[in-house]
Amino acid sequence: MEWEIVIGLEVHVQLSTKSKLFSGASTRFGAPPNTQACAIDLAMPGTLPVPNEEAFRYATMFGLAMNAEIGRRSVFERKNYFYPDLPKGYQTTQLAEPIVGSGEIEIHLEDGSSKKVRLHHAHLEEDAGKSLHEAVFESGHGMSGIDLNRAGTPLIEIVSEPDMRSAAEAVAYLKKIHSIVTYLGISDGDMSQGSLRCDANVSVRLKGEQKLGTRTELKNINSFRFVERAIKVEAERQIDILEDGGSIVQETRLYDSDKNETRSMRSKEVANDYRYFPCPDLLPVILDDDYVEQLRSALPELPDAKAARFQSDYKLSAYDADLLTQERASADFFETVAKQSGEPKLAANWIGGELAALLNREELSIGESPVSAEQLAGLIARVVDNTISSKIAKQVFEAMAMGEGDADQVIEKRGLKQVSDTGSIEKMVDEVIAASGAQVENYRNADESKRPKMMGYFVGQIMKASKGQANPQMINKILKEKLDALL
Amino acid sequence: MHQFTIAEIIRGLRDKQFSSVEITRHLLDRIQQLDSNYNSFITVTGEMALAQAAAADQRLAAGEAPALCGVPIAHKDIFCTSGVRTSCGSRMLDNFVPPYDATVVEKFNSAGSVTLGKTNMDEFAMGSSNESSYYGPVKNPWNTDCVPGGSSGGSAAAVAALLAPGTTATDTGGSIRQPAAMTNTTGLKPTYGRVSRWGMIAFASSLDQAGPIARNAEDCAYLLSAMAGHDDRDSTSLNRPEQDYTLNLNDSITGLKIGVPKEYFGEGLSTDVAARVQDALNEFEKLGAELVDITLPHTDLAVPAYYVIAPAEASANLSRFDGVRYGHRCDDPKDLRDLYMRSRGEGFGDEVQRRILVGTYALSAGYYDAYYNKAQQVRRLIKQDFVQAFEKVDVIMGPTAPSPAFGLGEKKSDPVAMYLEDIFTIATNLAGLPGMSLPCGLVNHMPVGLQIIGNYLEEARMLNIAHRYQQVTDWHKVSAPSIAEAAATEGE
Repeated sequence: MEWEIVIGLEVHVQLSTKSKLFSGASTRFGAPPNTQACAIDLAMPGTLPVPNEEAFRYATMFGLAMNAEIGRRSVFERKNYFYPDLPKGYQTTQLAEPIVGSGEIEIHLEDGSSKKVRLHHAHLEEDAGKSLHEAVFESGHGMSGIDLNRAGTPLIEIVSEPDMRSAAEAVAYLKKIHSIVTYLGISDGDMSQGSLRCDANVSVRLKGEQKLGTRTELKNINSFRFVERAIKVEAERQIDILEDGGSIVQETRLYDSDKNETRSMRSKEVANDYRYFPCPDLLPVILDDDYVEQLRSALPELPDAKAARFQSDYKLSAYDADLLTQERASADFFETVAKQSGEPKLAANWIGGELAALLNREELSIGESPVSAEQLAGLIARVVDNTISSKIAKQVFEAMAMGEGDADQVIEKRGLKQVSDTGSIEKMVDEVIAASGAQVENYRNADESKRPKMMGYFVGQIMKASKGQANPQMINKILKEKLDALL
Repeated sequence: MHQFTIAEIIRGLRDKQFSSVEITRHLLDRIQQLDSNYNSFITVTGEMALAQAAAADQRLAAGEAPALCGVPIAHKDIFCTSGVRTSCGSRMLDNFVPPYDATVVEKFNSAGSVTLGKTNMDEFAMGSSNESSYYGPVKNPWNTDCVPGGSSGGSAAAVAALLAPGTTATDTGGSIRQPAAMTNTTGLKPTYGRVSRWGMIAFASSLDQAGPIARNAEDCAYLLSAMAGHDDRDSTSLNRPEQDYTLNLNDSITGLKIGVPKEYFGEGLSTDVAARVQDALNEFEKLGAELVDITLPHTDLAVPAYYVIAPAEASANLSRFDGVRYGHRCDDPKDLRDLYMRSRGEGFGDEVQRRILVGTYALSAGYYDAYYNKAQQVRRLIKQDFVQAFEKVDVIMGPTAPSPAFGLGEKKSDPVAMYLEDIFTIATNLAGLPGMSLPCGLVNHMPVGLQIIGNYLEEARMLNIAHRYQQVTDWHKVSAPSIAEAAATEGE
């Protein structure tokens, strides 16, 4: 039996507005508990919500970037349930008339193919606070703490159609969302801080079947890697059950990354009835054409457009262009290096090679790179003008990463400048020829066609003698002249 | 001094007949002596009032003080007052001291008004008799065996008993107008959005509106001028400039077209009340107005629609009272569910619990369309009725309540009979229109109210119409017999 996995994602993106969705309290992450919750966030009696224009602007920008319809009239509703970290006893969210309607984006897969994923809608809503169940009080006594700093922080919940067919596609979609929101600057997209969170609806069906299987909803997947693993392990679980003749229960499941398994979160209560109804404290928000068009014209260049431009302007391969444009920071980094060095291909190679390896090793983002774009451009320039060889350049790069300064400073300080002086190269060539009688003899006796290859030995010896600093082109030229003179 | 109207106090303070401290002290004494008969105050803020009065006297002496500077008033205990317990008539908030002022309170404070205290009310403004208060029922100064109406029963009774010349109140389905009618006071519910709801504890957000209760229309105009105005903190607040509602009080009403809806004079209306209202209409004719028969065909649907929409909104508005952050918390909760169940079970009275249940039911899956959606459709039809009526007439008049004040306990066990108290007032809340009630006669020694319903934002016109009526009639000057007798023996 061949199974097909069907996945839809609900992605929560925390908007990086200065203040909350309905209050003036700050949204900064990491403040001491309950220091960023005002009377409105605490749902004190008589307080009222006032919508944050910035959140509407960000949500509209997102909709435009997703090629989606913009809800010219959007309505907040109350989603009613009791929980201690939900101060009002309802969450203010959107249901029937969301800010972003249906749309479509293209995702790029590792094999170079791409596919379209449809957006069902995206809506604005407020986040809840946090319940702290660890021993928050010295006295213990099994009490829980409530931190309402996050309560009221604006989120957009982005709901896809069930268009993804593999964990890899789900990850590619999530990365695309991440890339769009960070390009737009509407979220920091930091999954570790919960700025981007993902629930996955997963079902399986026999290949060719039209009807969707019963789905489960996976919660708490807070990294790209876990999205992939959670979906895989859940799909396997479902397939095992179905192949054993069982059936899938529609339920919410929690992904446990330590055990790499999903488990049922079934609560004791019966199905929730959230009793949605339009929030009478808030009027429908109407966005006019001017507002939307102004935002449309001010949208920054988005990843797909940038990748296309990188291919045409910088002659990059589609693969390089996609890789470099996934994050706005890496695209900007690349463009600075490419422009300052005038060598886009070398810039792409360095960023995808040495720099990526360095950042991986040090677990840094490109924004935190110890080698700046300007410094990298300076290094490439020294390779291009033959001040150093590519091989030495790697040494210089490592030194720059250690904070030893710009390429020129490192080259100077460590004396790594390429030797291009004819006299000293001739001297080294003569010494190596003199010390390599047998090899010279072989060279002389060899067939004309084999000789270029045999030069490698001599070049290696000379490079070794020069500690890698001799200009390779000059070595080749002088060596060939001298060896040929012996024929 | 307690007989002075707000207009008289404003003049008296400026003419130095008395100081704000003097009249404030006088009214505080009076409250202390007499309010045990009426229970119209939940909290008396004597110390604060005297400090405010002293500050007001300084401002008055310096000149350039706002009109209401030094005028003692009282606030319904639904308005948050910084540092002063704000109970909303509920055990749930018996311990609640807000750290902020409602916009309404803030506006009066900055005008230099003096706050005598916080007035009693039906719990969370849910009731038409002021019997659902955790602090006990308010008694009608006209007959202490009768209710004063509700939910702003304390605000109305305090004015009627001459304990305060004016009070703030709120009206979700008639809670200003019905108690005003039952206590022979004048009350105005402005257009929805005219007065900010910030800091006013919500009952039904799309219907709640604050307004004044006073002894006459002129005083209401003074109070409304201080209360009304746009507020950035309330998204439903109307973006209209502040205005002086006293400016047009004396305009002519010749040629005024008064719509008389036939539905307001049908079944359920006491014939005596109908007669008093008819007297008032005749008086308006004498003033040059023209009576026009109109119809508001969906009137009978107002009460059922209201009792879906208001409880639905209330069921969510009251969810925040969960015992977690403030307000009543039960002793020794054994788990979260127990904390919720007992805190809310103990904190809320019967009527509040009844409405939470009704509202929760109306919003439930499977019932939403039949109840909440249907009620919203009815609401649009009711609004349409008024829009059509106002194409033909300038204002609408009729009775405020179907009968004069009823006996304490009489309707307490019959919620539906209680709900029908608001049969003539609810439609204006559903439509968002301004409405007012003014005294228009007595039936068996108990007051009757005439209701004026205006078009959107026509408060100034309504106050003008009411003022002209009060210039040619004396009903609003009649005090409850016991109050009048006491005043007579005081020899003032």
